[in-house]
Formats: sequence, C-alpha cells, structure tokens
Amino acid sequence: MGEIVSLEELAAEVQPGCKLAVPADYCGVAMSATAAIIANRPKNLHVVCVPVTGMQGDMLIGEGLVGTLETSAVTLGEAGGAPRFQDAVRKGSFKLMDATCPAVHSGLIAGQKGVPFLPIRGIIGSDLLKTRTDWKTIQNPFSDEEDPIIVVPAIQPDVSIFHAPEADRFGNVRIGRRRELLTMAQASKATIVTVERISEESLLKTEDSAAGVLPALYVTKIAVAPRGAWPLPLWGEYGVDTAEVARYAAMARTPEGFAAYMDGFARRLREAA
Amino acid sequence: MPGYSNRELIIATIADLLDGIRHVAVGASSPMPAAGAMLLRARNEIAKRERVRISILGSEEHNFFTNGGVELFDCTAQGRVDAFFLGGGQIDGEANINLVGTGDYPQTEVRWPGCFGSAFMYYLVPRVILFREEHSPRVFVPKVDYISAPGVSDGIVRPGGPHALLTGMALFDFDKQKKRFSLRSVHHGYTAADVRAATGFDYDAPENVPETKAPSAENLAILRGRVTEELSESYPAFAEMLRGERKEAA
Repeated sequence: MGEIVSLEELAAEVQPGCKLAVPADYCGVAMSATAAIIANRPKNLHVVCVPVTGMQGDMLIGEGLVGTLETSAVTLGEAGGAPRFQDAVRKGSFKLMDATCPAVHSGLIAGQKGVPFLPIRGIIGSDLLKTRTDWKTIQNPFSDEEDPIIVVPAIQPDVSIFHAPEADRFGNVRIGRRRELLTMAQASKATIVTVERISEESLLKTEDSAAGVLPALYVTKIAVAPRGAWPLPLWGEYGVDTAEVARYAAMARTPEGFAAYMDGFARRLREAA
Repeated sequence: MPGYSNRELIIATIADLLDGIRHVAVGASSPMPAAGAMLLRARNEIAKRERVRISILGSEEHNFFTNGGVELFDCTAQGRVDAFFLGGGQIDGEANINLVGTGDYPQTEVRWPGCFGSAFMYYLVPRVILFREEHSPRVFVPKVDYISAPGVSDGIVRPGGPHALLTGMALFDFDKQKKRFSLRSVHHGYTAADVRAATGFDYDAPENVPETKAPSAENLAILRGRVTEELSESYPAFAEMLRGERKEAA
C-alpha cells in the first residue's frame, strides 16, 4: 500500500495488454513515468482516457503500444491536433472506442461503486451508439411513461496512473479538487502515482489537509519525479511549457520526426527536472 | 468604417444571446464566448440586474467546481447550467454537429479531436449557442459525416438544444419543430447573398435581411475597458489581439 519505489519499478506495473487509465492534462499527467513505461515497450495497451488525452496518449500511440483507445477526445490544446493519433486513425492501427466525457466518468463511477452499470442522459441519436455497442438503451424502470435512457458499463482499469504535487511517507496522495483521480483510483485494481515530493508529516493529520487526499489504501506504488508532468502543467505548481508542446506537435507530424523527438525525450525530462 | 470590429460585433451579439441567464460554462479555449459572457456579466452588474456566473472550464481561477471534471456534467444534469457553446468541424441544416471527422468512420480522412461532452451537453443545456467563426461550405454542410450530437430528438428527455447559430458572417435562429435554421441578420460588411453562397445547407430567410445589431457605445466601452482586462487573465493572447485590432482601426 502506497509503497515508495523507483520510477523504473513503478513503470513495471504497466504490463502488456493491461487496461491503463490516464487523466486529462489539467489533472496532472505522469510524463516522466510515461517515458519509463515506453522504455519497457508494453504492447497492446487498452488506454482509458479520463475523459480525454493529449501528448501522453499521442506518444503511446506513436510508439505503437496502444491496442485500444477509449477516449472522448485527443488534442494537444493550443498546439493543435494530435498528429500520431490522427495518423493511426487513418491507418486503423488500433481499436477506437470514441466516447463522450460524462460517459467515461459514469463508467468509472460504476466501477468505483462496484455496480455493473450507470444510467446517463443524452447520447441517444448520436453516432457514438453505432460503434459503442457496449452502451445499451433501456426503459427507465421507475417511469410509467416511455423514457429510454442509456446505460454504460462499469470501467475497471487494471492500472491508473497520474502525477500529483505531494505524497506523504505513509502513501497518502494529495489530489486537491481533482476528484476524478479518486474515482479513477477507486475503480482501478492498482494505482501508481508520481509526485513532486514526499512529505514527512501525514496528509491525514488535520481535517483541512485530509480533505483533498487519496488515501494510501487505494495507492499501489509511488515514485518521486520532480517536474514529472513536464512539458504538461501541474495544477498549483507549474504551467504548460507551450514552446515544448508546439515543438512536439511540429516534429510528430511525421513518423521520423516523432522518432527523433522521442529519442531525446527521456534525457530532456531529466534536464527539465 | 462602422466604428467596431467584426470580433467586437460577435462578442456583443453573444452577450445579447445570453441575456437572462444566470450561469454559463465556456471552454478553456473559447475566448469569444467568454468575452460575450463577461460583457453580459459587466453590464448586468452596472444595470443592477441578475448576477451572471461564468465557469471557465480548466481554469484554476475562474472555476468554482470542487468535485473534479464530472461536476460540470452533474451540474448540467441538475439544470444549473443555463447556457453553453458548441462548435463543430461540420454543422448541418438540422443542427447536427460533427466533432469527429470527415469520411467513413472510424478510419476518417480528416480526424478532429472527438466528441468531448457534446453528446451530453447538447441535450441538457437549455440555451446552446452554436458558434463557429469560419462561415464556409466545408463547415456548413447539407449533412454531417458523423453525428456527434443531433440537433433535435424525438421521444427522449431533452430539455436542451440549439438556440442560435452565430458565425463570422451572420446570426441564425433555429426552429426545433421545423428542424431548420432561419437567417436573423447578417453582420456589417456582408450581404444575404454572401451568406447563401457560403452556406452548404438550405435555410429560411426573410425577404429583407437586417444587419446584425451594432454594439452600443456603452457596450463597446465596457468591452474595450473592463472586459478586455478580465480577458487578459485567462486569454492573454486574445486580449492582446483585441487591443491590436483597436489600434489598427483607430
């Protein structure tokens, strides 16, 4: 529970074929750990984006490690479209499970609660339903009127991974108001977290400090990775490195450029730290 | 010269379209909708009218949610979000929107980011404003290649949907019964014929199409002062561009 390990040991949790949940850029993306995972080359990952992804997902796709992509969007934000994702979609390189943000949240909340599905409004009439045959339309069992509603199945990731500002030496992790990280972790069989720093004092010590904490109960492994979200932002700590994301966006337009970018990525991460 | 830029006209029009709402959510990369919402908030405050809350998604400062990314959707399903903006790579005459791509799904030739929350928000927010600055036949198509979210639905619970379509050229209303847009006005510098030529779908139009209401001097003053200041916190590049356009016009 909440064992503090090296980055390499943490990355080894991501095994070939596993269902891996990753957060959106505003929640803290474990980029250092992503480089460590890529070094292990676990193939055929089923990546669940909570509820969208950017550079991290694009890198895993570009490296040929993604077998299934479950996401509501892939974008590099201001830097534009995600080039390796777009290319792989054209080539049909992986199974694509397009989604809509609240449906991903609902699936994880079902997983968190240990129930098989959750109902959600909207979606009916969207072409999403043509390929998301795992989403079903049912009659609202509590209504006498005709009231069709979508149910989405529970999502249970094998591993969820994110980057946070701080953990304590007992394995508790500060997540602030990024509550989807709690949902992700509780729905997952294992959760691995990289942090900027480890504090000596327990985060559960006071009511104030405990409010925004993911307890060690749900945390499998923690590794220290200073500036571990770079070049993406970390809430409350540092902003996005716009120039670096733009550099990636430009280089990743071709497979060769992407390979050249990735060649120096792990080294640049160390330099940025 | 009309004394205002096309962008200023669009922002003032957005404020008018939002009139009466109490809570509007805008995307982190949507400076024009945010500017319109801020203009409404400022002028309501001056006129001592209802307070307008603006949630800028992904912003740390202008975001009062404490329950993570899911709270926007919960808040919306509870009926607490009055207005929202959606765009699309393609929008058709029945107000269907496509945020996915062109060609045959899944191996689309051009792939856009994806549906995001559209397949939920479009159904549940009472006043969805379709906003796309580019007004061209490649955007406004007879039929979208992929329906991320439909313009209208029958036989389901759907309190929300399209309220208007605003582009860089014109403003349209949407009739849910007829499932059709109708041209309300064209922006200064364009004609009804320009709009017809740049729109790939059919729509209704009055015989004489009025010009989009010019922003009042008071609105322009608020926009150029307080709103531009507020914008520079979340959208610094956009605020600079507005200031630059103004200098050029002067």
